[in-house]
Amino acid sequence: MWLVPFPVLVPLGVAAILAAPGRHMPRRLADGIALSAAGFNLIACWVLLAHARIQPIVYWFGGWVPKGGVAIGIDFAVDPLGAGFGALSSALVLAGLVFSLRYFDSVGAMFHALMLVFLAALCGFALTGDLFDLFVFFELMSAAAFALCGYKSEELGPIQGALNFAVSNTVGAFLILIGIGLLYGHTGALNFAQLSRTLVAPDRVAVAALVLICSGLLVKAAAVPFHFWLPDAHAVAPTPVCILFSGVMVEAGLLGVARILGAVMSHPLHDVLPHLRAILVVLGAITAAVGGLMCFAQRHLKRMLAFSTVSHAGIMLAGVGALTGPALGGAALYVLGHGLVKSALFLCAGIVLHRYRTVDEIELIGRGRGNPRLGMMFGLGGLALAGLPPVANYFGEAKLDDALRPLGLHGATWVFAAAAVLTGGTVLRVTARIFLGVGPKQEDIPDVGGMHTENPETRPSPHTPFSMWFPPAVLLAAAFALPLLFDLRAAAEAQAHRVLDTAGLAAHVLRGAPMALELHDQPVHPPSLARAVVICALALLLATVTLGRRHLPRPIRVLGAALAAALEAIRKLHSGHIGDDIAWLTFGVAAFGTACIVLLR
Amino acid sequence: MSVYGFLPYALTAWLFGWGLYGIVSSRNWVHLCICLAIVQSSTYVLLLGIGYRLGAAAPVFAQFSASTAAVDPVVQALMLTDIVVEATVVALLLALAVRAHQSTGSLDPSASCEMRG
Repeated sequence: MWLVPFPVLVPLGVAAILAAPGRHMPRRLADGIALSAAGFNLIACWVLLAHARIQPIVYWFGGWVPKGGVAIGIDFAVDPLGAGFGALSSALVLAGLVFSLRYFDSVGAMFHALMLVFLAALCGFALTGDLFDLFVFFELMSAAAFALCGYKSEELGPIQGALNFAVSNTVGAFLILIGIGLLYGHTGALNFAQLSRTLVAPDRVAVAALVLICSGLLVKAAAVPFHFWLPDAHAVAPTPVCILFSGVMVEAGLLGVARILGAVMSHPLHDVLPHLRAILVVLGAITAAVGGLMCFAQRHLKRMLAFSTVSHAGIMLAGVGALTGPALGGAALYVLGHGLVKSALFLCAGIVLHRYRTVDEIELIGRGRGNPRLGMMFGLGGLALAGLPPVANYFGEAKLDDALRPLGLHGATWVFAAAAVLTGGTVLRVTARIFLGVGPKQEDIPDVGGMHTENPETRPSPHTPFSMWFPPAVLLAAAFALPLLFDLRAAAEAQAHRVLDTAGLAAHVLRGAPMALELHDQPVHPPSLARAVVICALALLLATVTLGRRHLPRPIRVLGAALAAALEAIRKLHSGHIGDDIAWLTFGVAAFGTACIVLLR
Repeated sequence: MSVYGFLPYALTAWLFGWGLYGIVSSRNWVHLCICLAIVQSSTYVLLLGIGYRLGAAAPVFAQFSASTAAVDPVVQALMLTDIVVEATVVALLLALAVRAHQSTGSLDPSASCEMRG
């Protein structure tokens, strides 16, 4: 299909056109061109999604089709998961660009150009069928992201965030590259389909390559202990950039893990699959727990949302790492729901910064009383984060829950429920403080000396401009409406089966054999509905208890103080020093590698 | 594996390890960028080591028949891509280091730990 390369070509080309005149480009013209390009990408990815639903689309660049079932060219292999990811990325870039219409009054078109390069890299990453291309798009995405993160380069916070982000992710990229080199030296193939044909028995080189590539991708996906860069970068990036970081960039790392595990590794590692699954789900559970606790401890609004992203990335990592169709389908739905909801919340935080000139929860107490619309969006976002039915991530978590229980991983599902309570409850706590003005005027967890707020990014205005409140409202509405409008559950599961169908995918890509599509339409179990309602209720309870802690009986207050002290210890580990981040990263690779070598013998 | 076959892998691990140690212990952003470049050079060694064939010619077939033994040109293409991409990243990092120096008067990473906890 001729449309396949365009989601990468168009934004890259338009970015070059926008960047060429530099500061001479009129601002409104740049806005218009960038919005059109992102809109085109959304439509193109949507069309690809519709076509790829029946059969994945394989596009060989330059007409270098496989000869005798051996790949000699470079391809894009478009499956609905990839095309859907491209569509979500385009939608978020569109939302970010609309939100930024009133942003950065003084700058030219560089911001737009960087956003479009970022979008092109995301789409290429999602659509490619070649391991080395995956790395190139990963690096293109990273380079654009580093520049966007440090965009407000006259302040120290963004510089620190961008430096930590860039160094950590570049080390991660080298890990990926070494893994790719080992795999290529071992098999002589770089195409995913070709690799899965070549790797037929588990061996040490394949496991070492798996560890290195997955570690590198998990740096992007912010799995503990690779996550230290994420809050530093997300808290200081311009708000329209934050939504891309949290909504799709972190998830891109997980998509890469799914691709490498699904298409390349799951067949040769078939005998040791339960062990690999255990390692990844436990890693996901640890990430969800640490992210949730750290989210609860924050008072800097954007940093709080950043840690909530760490927590949710852990849940998605478990969905990817379980390596079954239902779990991966659940993770895909979760990515959709989380991407939309988290972006809406980040944009709401951006509106708070625009209107009240700070993002410090304590400073903001009661300041939002006159703005019920924003308060409602915030509160609904908090409940949606906890998984209020029928938001898309509720279906994702229900599916994941159903998938993990038969595998004997009950413990992880409880951790994920707790993480949902913590992150949802924290956002509800903030909502009550800002928009109802309740709660003590002191922070909930002892301070460890980090920044509490950032400088405003906009000129003040007496009202919230339409271009600011409209995007989060649409994103939030889409998170609830999409699962009702389309039958996403069955489709996500069936398409996820395809990602993991190693032999079928290889035959389709290399020989054009059609792939089977199994539609399992399992209804959501009533227990998961009840579970979701209980989680939302607990999130509300957590917010109430935190804010009304002075009225609690003494034993509970003592217990709370002890928990706060433990949390303070975890906070102190997040020193913001790049040396510590990389030391943790090294430790993470060593631990992950040891676990894989011991368990995957 | 012969000792020649083993050497590139050992050198890769050596460079990667020391580069990482340099990043962890660095007190200066410029020094840190150089350490990152050392980590990167380990990937060059690995890729070249993988593509190298003892006694083989360069992969230019103008004077030879296509069946002549040649070193693998794919890894060289990978390495070139790697160089281009990382040059961008290092340039960006150095630009950010200049900004950090302008704003704190210091190149020490410890001086810019505003975001923590």
